[in-house]
Amino acid sequence: MKKYLIIFAPLVLLAGCSSSSTWGWYVINPMTPSGWINVKFLISGMWATILISVIAAVISIGLGLIVALPGLAASRGWRVLNRVYVELIRSIPLLPMLFWVFYGLPIIFREMGVNIPIDPFWGAIITLAISDSAFTAEIYRAGIQSIAKGQTEAAQTIGLNYIQTMRYVILPQAIRRILPPLANQFIYIVKMSAFASVIGMQELTRRANELVVTEYRPLEIYSLLILEYLVLVLIISAGVRWLERRMGSDERS
Amino acid sequence: MTQAAIELHNVNKWFDTFHVLKDINLSIQPGEKVVICGPSGSGKSTVVRCINRLEEHQKGTIRVDGVELNDDPQSVAAIRSEVGMVFQQFNLFPHLTVLENLTLGPIKARGLSKDEARAKAMHYLERVHIPEQADKRPAQLSGGQQQRVAIARSLCMEPKVLLFDEPTSALDPEMISEVLDVMVELAQEGMTMVVVTHEMGFARKVADQMVFMDAGEIVEQGSPEAFFGAPRSPRCQKFLSQILQH
Ligand SMILES: Nc1ncnc2c1ncn2[C@@H]1O[C@H](COP(=O)(O)OP(=O)(O)OP(=O)(O)O)[C@@H](O)[C@H]1O
Ligand SMILES: [Mg+2]
Repeated sequence: MKKYLIIFAPLVLLAGCSSSSTWGWYVINPMTPSGWINVKFLISGMWATILISVIAAVISIGLGLIVALPGLAASRGWRVLNRVYVELIRSIPLLPMLFWVFYGLPIIFREMGVNIPIDPFWGAIITLAISDSAFTAEIYRAGIQSIAKGQTEAAQTIGLNYIQTMRYVILPQAIRRILPPLANQFIYIVKMSAFASVIGMQELTRRANELVVTEYRPLEIYSLLILEYLVLVLIISAGVRWLERRMGSDERS
Repeated sequence: MTQAAIELHNVNKWFDTFHVLKDINLSIQPGEKVVICGPSGSGKSTVVRCINRLEEHQKGTIRVDGVELNDDPQSVAAIRSEVGMVFQQFNLFPHLTVLENLTLGPIKARGLSKDEARAKAMHYLERVHIPEQADKRPAQLSGGQQQRVAIARSLCMEPKVLLFDEPTSALDPEMISEVLDVMVELAQEGMTMVVVTHEMGFARKVADQMVFMDAGEIVEQGSPEAFFGAPRSPRCQKFLSQILQH
């Protein structure tokens, strides 16, 4: 609990400056009617941030596994495919990738004669999911590789095929090494989802930007914005730690 | 002569440039028990692992029950369904109970119902004398018990041939005999067995054919009487004198 107090102390200090005339905490003072409207406006972006992050994470968790499996294959060709994907995606900064998906991809679709519009919501999700999948793929690969080769061999000798071996033997054992880092990766997605603001997605950061334009109180509004992310990430971190403890205690049994 | 259960003809294998198996020829009849021995690194495990395609050979032919082993996944699947394997390190699935270890293959690979698989599993657990351990996790069992579960797991697939790669080498001395006893019982019931082991007492008792390997070659091969009575090659003589001293 002390740790949380230390984290919040600077914000409390900032708020303490409200008496000075250069400060304008009134813009986000929930006690006043106009301040309350502003606070509600800012916090209402939370749902979009959470929704984008959760959907992107779910896609990334599936995509990461599909990318990781060729990386574990015996044949060199499959492994090269995995390396190219991971290295390529890892080296593209998120913002250019977001622009490419949002402004570029629709042109490719149009050329192909299919009409798939990409709105800010799905543009952000696709970008976050693809960008994150390179990392989740590496998490899967490390987790699966940590399971001894003898397990795969034993599964093969009792006639299980590749998918059955993964499904019933390898993944259930690897999951305790995979789940905590995957959950950690979710924090990365939540933070990166702020970039969705630049393509017009009405999430936390976009809301703050819009309010700054009309109120011109960047310090106060962005302070609240940071606080919002902080709360979100702290909640997820607590979840990750809970998961790590649970997985750890499983291992001992 | 009936069709051989396992037939290796001029089998060669390389790990990169390292020639690990050199012109291996071996013919095993149904019901026959073959014991393979030899110094460490001589290629014993590799021979056995080639028979169920855990390793690929590059030259020569391997036939199991008349089916030739090649790159065709169907031939690999066909052969694996006839050949069981018991490993030195047991390789039980630690996240499953003993019973689940035994029923996984029959349910998923053979399509048995849960009840059928369960009945079969209990039958084979009784044969290895540990039906009371069915609901435990492998980690709760002793090494000897774990290896007997591993044998039962192989038997649940009702293989025609069982391969053993040093099944007692990872065990404490007092547990070796409980595993060997089960293997002797299996041998007496007519199972075709290929056993890599240095347990020469077991070999004398059950082997129909002894194989001595060194540096990737079969150096000596024959009946146990001839093998133990009058080994011809000096390398085999030296190996036997070392191993029988203990
Ligand atoms: N995957 C591999 N890659 C490269 N070399 C290997 C591989 N597996 C085995 N070898 C080498 O092949 C040789 C034969 O190995 P193998 O395991 O068949 O010997 P072994 O007779 O079973 O020995 P041990 O009694 O120690 O089990 C050894 O020199 C080993 O180092
Ligand atoms: Mg070996």
